Amino acid sequence: MDNLYTFPSMDPQALRDLKKSIDSSFLEFSRSYGEAIEIFFEPLLLTLVWLEKLLIESPWPITILVLTGLAWITSRSWLATLFSATAFLIIGYLGMWPDTMATLAIISVATLLCIVFGIPVGIWISHSQRAKFVITPILDVMQTIPSFVYLIPVVMLLGIGKVPGLIAVGIYATPPIIRLTNLGIESVSNDVLEAADAMGASRLQKLLDVQLPLALPSIFAGVNQTIMMSLSMVVIASMIGVKGLGLPVLRAISNQYLALGLMNGLAIVALAIIFDRIAQLYGKRLQSYKETIQNE
Amino acid sequence: MSNIKISVKNLYKIFGDNPSEMIEHLEAGYTKESLLKEFGHVLGLRKINMDILQSDTQVIMGLSGSGKSTLVRHFNRLITPTTGDIIIDDENIIKKTDLEIRNMRRHKISMVFQNFALFPHRTVSQNIAYGLITQGLEQGKINSKIDKWIDKVGLNGFEDHYPSQLSGGMQQRVGLARALATDGEIILMDEPFSALDPLIREEMQEVLLKLQKDIQKTIIFITHDLDEALKLGDSIAILNNGEIVQKGSPQNIILRPINNYVAKFTKNINRSRVIQVSSIMDDDLKVNGPTIDGNMLIENALEVLSEKGSLTGIVTHNSKPIGSVNLYKLIKVINQPALIK
Repeated sequence: MDNLYTFPSMDPQALRDLKKSIDSSFLEFSRSYGEAIEIFFEPLLLTLVWLEKLLIESPWPITILVLTGLAWITSRSWLATLFSATAFLIIGYLGMWPDTMATLAIISVATLLCIVFGIPVGIWISHSQRAKFVITPILDVMQTIPSFVYLIPVVMLLGIGKVPGLIAVGIYATPPIIRLTNLGIESVSNDVLEAADAMGASRLQKLLDVQLPLALPSIFAGVNQTIMMSLSMVVIASMIGVKGLGLPVLRAISNQYLALGLMNGLAIVALAIIFDRIAQLYGKRLQSYKETIQNE
Repeated sequence: MSNIKISVKNLYKIFGDNPSEMIEHLEAGYTKESLLKEFGHVLGLRKINMDILQSDTQVIMGLSGSGKSTLVRHFNRLITPTTGDIIIDDENIIKKTDLEIRNMRRHKISMVFQNFALFPHRTVSQNIAYGLITQGLEQGKINSKIDKWIDKVGLNGFEDHYPSQLSGGMQQRVGLARALATDGEIILMDEPFSALDPLIREEMQEVLLKLQKDIQKTIIFITHDLDEALKLGDSIAILNNGEIVQKGSPQNIILRPINNYVAKFTKNINRSRVIQVSSIMDDDLKVNGPTIDGNMLIENALEVLSEKGSLTGIVTHNSKPIGSVNLYKLIKVINQPALIK
């Protein structure tokens, strides 16, 4: 009868041993391979450090000019450009310039990493049913597992610093671009693919000339999502030693500094809005072929 | 002239898990319905045999579900048959490797689709260029070919438009130019004009007829519209439930429908505009009246007779008398109802 009220769980001693053996074997793994893995990620670290230095150490007027210039080139919208310039000026005036630039650096590198890794995987799973079957649940795990859980092994492996932060952001922010690349490719109409086949296009030609261009709006939505999600990871990443806007927020939480938290939080929001509007406007420009000028 | 370009031999297509095992059931007399019911396989095509002549327009007709779109996709191997052979210029295309098929699609056979299937992200010029790009042609040659075909199909001024900016008729002109630009000898056309409204459809039929006079391609043309079939076809094959029920010249199909299915197709057409005098004339040469060329349609022959006030006319071929017609016979042929009720 007792078994109905208390779950017949594993013997506590055995459970303890199981956990201990998992821990110790991972520790063993990280001792023997930690250094190799660190070397593997070295280029990533160097890129991040270089970009961060560039953004922080360049004279601020030039940085703002370049950033708003980029905003104009991609969005071709005065409103979006003006908003970006104003936001950066206010951020600077309120003393958050270095932190904002550090955050911008890690977001840029993280997004680039997600794109470089995510788009090929997205293409792969739209061509292989088996790959999709394996990878989809992995993506589910990546998106839903609490970030603290994978921070533990990452920190055990690589210690505290920029690279573990980058990996943590990457794990959380890569799934949308994979999913949306796959969705974009799969929603290319069969008629068009059949036409390409009938003209003797090879698989690669079909991918480059038809599938990817037509999937571009969807891929762009994925990039946008990825940027938003990496911004939302900024505070958590700061817990393992990533510099930037997350750090003051963390300090504000532990000391109950309302103004500090609010300002840095709003700076993150401003970055998010800038990225979002610019990416959306750029995505719209890519779809200009959809505009109809019927009735001539 | 009349050499065979394409030859289809005992072609079967069955959809399902075990298609090749179904052939013997079909040989044993199973129908499309009973095959589906007892074995869960869908009959696509059954024992198709046909020869298509060089530079002819072969029309394949049938209602939806008759297998005509399935059949046409066998000629460029978008669909692989369950068994059977398709011989094009002495080569069995069923035995070709993937690479050979790709080359065949690039250089020899092109296709026009019912829903146009243009690339929405490419301009008119870039759409027409695509087949030339897969051929690996250099840009200069591609450009001159684009210009030529833009001109031939009447798309001048639309070069840089996107498909969504064009009307249906204009879009299909792009489809036509895209298919013709590769200079293949064979053009497959899967109901190319069915999605267009009647006036535009007729206009496009004229465009095709005019082009075909120049280019003399072998065309396989799918349609469910008999008027279109009669207008364009040198030869017509009628499909029903995946089988060819009748094939032959347009005249023959109109005058001698083999069964109810074909008769139903032919019931509503304007016979006076299709039937040529020579196919219904009498041998009797001892009549008086105006001369009527054998290729003349009944409609026009009636006009000649009434103009001259004559009841009879002499049918000629190359100005030599070969038979005769009379007014009563002509009217009777026009009014003749479908042979089988």
